[in-house]
Amino acid sequence: MSILVFVEIAEGKVKKTSLEAVAYANGMGGDVTAIAMGDIDSSELSNLGNYGASKVLHANNTQLNERVSAAYASVLISAMGHTGANTLVLANSSLGGPVSAKVAIKKDASLVSNVVELPDTSAGFTVKRSIYTGKAFATVSMNKDNKVIAIKKNAAEVKETGGTASVEVFDVALNDADFKVKITATDKTTGVILLPEAELVVSGGRGLKGPENWGMIEDLAKALGAATGCSKPVSDMDWRPHHEHVGQTGVKVSPNLYIAVGISGAIQHLAGVNSSKYIVVINKDEEAPFFKAADYGIVGDAFEVLPKLTEAIKAANS
Amino acid sequence: MKILVCITHVPDTTSKIAFTDGDTKFDATGVQFIIGPYDDYALARAVELKEQLGGTITALNVGGVESEPTIRKALAIGADDAVRVNAEPTDSLFVAHQIANVAKDGAYDMILMGRESIDFNGGMVHGMVGELLGIPSVSPVMTLDVEGTKAKMTREIEGGKESIELDLPFVAGCQEPIAEWKIPNMRGIMSARTKPLNVVEPVEAVEGATLAKYELPAAKGGIKMIDANNVQELVDLLKNEAKVI
Ligand SMILES: Cc1cc2nc3c(=O)[nH]c(=O)nc-3n(C[C@H](O)[C@H](O)[C@H](O)COP(=O)(O)OP(=O)(O)OC[C@H]3O[C@@H](n4cnc5c(N)ncnc54)[C@H](O)[C@@H]3O)c2cc1C
Ligand SMILES: Nc1ncnc2c1ncn2[C@@H]1O[C@H](COP(=O)(O)O)[C@@H](O)[C@H]1O
Repeated sequence: MSILVFVEIAEGKVKKTSLEAVAYANGMGGDVTAIAMGDIDSSELSNLGNYGASKVLHANNTQLNERVSAAYASVLISAMGHTGANTLVLANSSLGGPVSAKVAIKKDASLVSNVVELPDTSAGFTVKRSIYTGKAFATVSMNKDNKVIAIKKNAAEVKETGGTASVEVFDVALNDADFKVKITATDKTTGVILLPEAELVVSGGRGLKGPENWGMIEDLAKALGAATGCSKPVSDMDWRPHHEHVGQTGVKVSPNLYIAVGISGAIQHLAGVNSSKYIVVINKDEEAPFFKAADYGIVGDAFEVLPKLTEAIKAANS
Repeated sequence: MKILVCITHVPDTTSKIAFTDGDTKFDATGVQFIIGPYDDYALARAVELKEQLGGTITALNVGGVESEPTIRKALAIGADDAVRVNAEPTDSLFVAHQIANVAKDGAYDMILMGRESIDFNGGMVHGMVGELLGIPSVSPVMTLDVEGTKAKMTREIEGGKESIELDLPFVAGCQEPIAEWKIPNMRGIMSARTKPLNVVEPVEAVEGATLAKYELPAAKGGIKMIDANNVQELVDLLKNEAKVI
């Protein structure tokens, strides 16, 4: 079985979530070809061999530096033809999601998103996916010969295999019709850990009283090497940017550790954090519902607890 | 402006999720159903665009007769008419084929959807419908403005946003802060009763994936409380017990 993995690039590096996609495909036990698009060092790409890819295609056409999903989908279709792969594996993301839907229609494929585990092929081909915003799972069977599997973070463990991969330039003619969507500007924070991909998250709610107090959240996040998040009212009031808002209507995170400070734990907020491995809640109200969903809790005033916790983390790290 | 808004009929965000029939059916006992929150944003923006530019809004749902109160709510909020494709929405590919079939002869200037349904969270139907109709699709869209035959959007990406320009027609998967949710007023509720709600039968389409069974996540173990004056204990637990820092 030949599997194609779409690999995303951010700030000149293969994204961690894409390494998980390569690991996932490797775990499926097939011949894994990875494909990356746009400018990227070939050393970064050959390193994918160490995670389970046997070959890497590099579609290096500069037009692909614009992340237009329709164009990416067409390149993936060509690459599936080129490698004979009937299965595409990729991380579900703001690029991977739209790309998946387009490939699925073009290839008449079965598509399942937010897949959390390797497929079960003992009888047919079934995968387990997260549904109801992390409150349940569904096992579904993928009926068609062609398959697109868009995995959720942590669906596979990234392991170094010691393997190597050859990198081959994948020359493909692009079609103007795929560039009907013009990206006129990209406004993205750089050099910070991005929330949807973070292993550690420090998140603040209305209990922090105002944007001027976010320094405390940022200090703790910095000491830990964590991303920062917030509750919906906080982004609604413009204390923090919208892309930091966690929950049912915001970002769904799956970190190893989620620290919630001054967040009550409304069910819509919990929907975005329930696939965190560990949850710490700091709240001055011992009745706050968030404590029911937490592993560790501190009842106390954030303004007193946070600076102390930041110092203790710094001390532990030094 | 002719706008098609696709709405889901889904459990309220506070619902307790449970399954019946040997974990093959959602247990709707005592569950309140709503317009999906993202679809509600799409509808709200459609109402604003109609106020600004004139035109009509059609609400579309693929679902059984139990969806009709939810569809009526969309009519009360501001859709002019509605279509229900009479089929159980079990799979995104199946649903996408139904929506594309309704849309293909409708000459819609735009098809607005939510970024994702909150039951299956696929986030795929908009992209599939765009591809089936051969028009661009963009999601998740945070702002949407129309000038003549062009649209300007911002789309959320990890850690920021993209500014986008494209020509009509298109499909967009909407999220906040595209518009504020609208609450139907009395006049809207009254007029919704008499607005047309057409029921059509589904076209044949093969499911991409078929449900085998549902499952609930394992329950969390108990919480450990730590004294506010002893944050060192928390650091030790995170380091040695949870091993996450
Ligand atoms: C359809 C729908 C979708 C929604 N989607 C989301 C979503 O995606 N994400 C989301 O977050 N919300 C969402 N909400 C809103 C949600 O219901 C809650 O209103 C929201 O999460 C509350 O935010 P909060 O916890 O910051 O504020 P509050 O509920 O006001 O809680 C503040 C907390 O801070 C504590 N506190 C106050 N002072 C201190 C202090 N000095 N030290 C420590 N603790 C303190 C308080 O005890 C309280 O528990 C949604 C709602 C609806 C209806
Ligand atoms: N059964 C349905 N009827 C009408 N629209 C739907 C249906 N299912 C999904 N949609 C639309 O497609 C969007 C994305 O859904 P999904 O791909 O299921 O997450 C939703 O927000 C709706 O706008």
